[in-house]
Amino acid sequence: MRADTKSIPAFDGPMLQVAGLRKIYPTATGGFEAIRNLTFDVPAGQLACIVGPSGAGKTTLLKCIAGLLPRTEGVLELHGKDITGPPKTMAVVFQEYGRSLFPWMTVERNVELPLKAAGVPKAERRARAAEALEQVDLADAGGKYPWQLSGGMQQRVAIARAVAYRPEVLLMDEPFAAVDAQTRADLEDLVRRIWKELGITILFVTHDIDESVYLGERVIVLSAAPTVVQDDILVDLPADRDQLRTRSLPRFAELRTHVFEEIQRAKAEAKTGAIPAR
Amino acid sequence: MSAFLRNTAFLLGLPLLLVLWWWWATIDSTNFFVPTPGELVTTFVDTWFGPRFWQDVLPSIGRLAAGLALAIVLGVAFGILIGSFKRLRQLLEPLLEFIRAVPPVVLVPLLMLLIGINDLMKVVVIVSGAIWPILLNTVEGVRATDEVQRDTCATYRIRGLNRLRYLTLPAASPQILAGVRQSLSIGLILMVISEMFGSSSGLGFTIVWFQRNFAIPEMWSGILVLGLIGLGLSVIFRVVERRILRWYHGLREVQRAS
Ligand SMILES: Nc1ncnc2c1ncn2[C@@H]1O[C@H](COP(=O)(O)OP(=O)(O)O)[C@@H](O)[C@H]1O
Ligand SMILES: [Mg+2]
Repeated sequence: MRADTKSIPAFDGPMLQVAGLRKIYPTATGGFEAIRNLTFDVPAGQLACIVGPSGAGKTTLLKCIAGLLPRTEGVLELHGKDITGPPKTMAVVFQEYGRSLFPWMTVERNVELPLKAAGVPKAERRARAAEALEQVDLADAGGKYPWQLSGGMQQRVAIARAVAYRPEVLLMDEPFAAVDAQTRADLEDLVRRIWKELGITILFVTHDIDESVYLGERVIVLSAAPTVVQDDILVDLPADRDQLRTRSLPRFAELRTHVFEEIQRAKAEAKTGAIPAR
Repeated sequence: MSAFLRNTAFLLGLPLLLVLWWWWATIDSTNFFVPTPGELVTTFVDTWFGPRFWQDVLPSIGRLAAGLALAIVLGVAFGILIGSFKRLRQLLEPLLEFIRAVPPVVLVPLLMLLIGINDLMKVVVIVSGAIWPILLNTVEGVRATDEVQRDTCATYRIRGLNRLRYLTLPAASPQILAGVRQSLSIGLILMVISEMFGSSSGLGFTIVWFQRNFAIPEMWSGILVLGLIGLGLSVIFRVVERRILRWYHGLREVQRAS
């Protein structure tokens, strides 16, 4: 292992390392094995999508990586350092945007709050929040309350909050599952744009196959619970993506068919084979 | 009719009707126990606009305010502590249920012995009753804090006082204020009761004194003073609540509309 590299600042391993990850939820009947054995690396600067049927343990995985949930077994390392709690250089965008923003604060205050807690001086905080809101095209909404905005706009605020925080790694848990199709397409392009502008590592969880292929440089397909990595696909589409043109490329169709088949296979295996742990 | 006039009419309509009815019913009444509206107003002015205001009314209001303020501070502080720590909650729950079940009124003789007959005793009586709705509501409010909001705080490492100020308190504020609203009337009742035993001043004492001396219109006018204090409290509460919970009412309106 690379325990001895921890003290060396120039770490050249993957940004994120997941190895042999297992998660058993304690339940009244002895425990539910949500994740059996997950192993994958995410190199710095990659936009990786994780796709899997609902109930596959995607949220569980993300919460373990975010340090919000203790794992049962396995290795979880960020930049070569064991993840024991929420890491400083990580931000999370949750699916439930309506519950992740604080309704008692204006949009501006919501975006600024993590910076305030981190001790960033007021002037810089203001500037970074304004810049981030600008990046998600919400420059004028700073004085509003989150509940005065539409769902898509609220999720953009949550993204702005993450962007203003300037994380190295951004985790997104089905962030667009609850918005309408048009807004969703816009938000997908927004994620691609921010990823390119900031050069950060993004782990994007979705249950939508098209979305995973359109967004990602790579798609990690999860099986149904108890979860393992079903497939790991490199998305060799051009870096400049466009909702219409990219989606009509023959390669796009091939990739989405492939992912689709893998997920079907995962579901079929779940029905016949796997037995939940006691 | 403008909206303002209509609202005012709604607000004052029923009280006015009741006063009219009372006036009509007592026009040629000789009932010793029920004064006419006119009598009551003159008695009210004569009785309370004078030294009694300074000796009885203000000190009572002062003790009530002190008692309520203490109840709010202590109730919220302990509520947040108990609500935040599951172990503490499990430990204290039976004890709290027991103490809460004891009517604060029976504490009066005990507190008289322990503390003596003074302002402190009266304030403690008020606190001992008014604290419960605030404490229990705060505990519930803290416990019910949204999981996603908590996770959000955790991922952005918003901790300690920041977390208290920007998550815990605002998230629990609708519940806390619901508790405070209940406490206001409990506090008023206990203010009166605490002054009925062994006191020589205060609203509660004065009202009982009038009653014992068959000064019936004066007694009624004292009850009117209590009613006005209650009304004043609820007006102040509403103004404060509107301010603090502006976001909450806005949010609820949006949720109802969708
Ligand atoms: N706190 C919990 N206790 C027990 N089981 C849970 C808990 N959270 C999630 N699960 C179970 O773990 C599985 C994976 O859940 P989740 O990670 O939310 O899946 P996904 O996000 O892929 O839809 C589900 O079957 C779910 O019922
Ligand atoms: Mg999920």
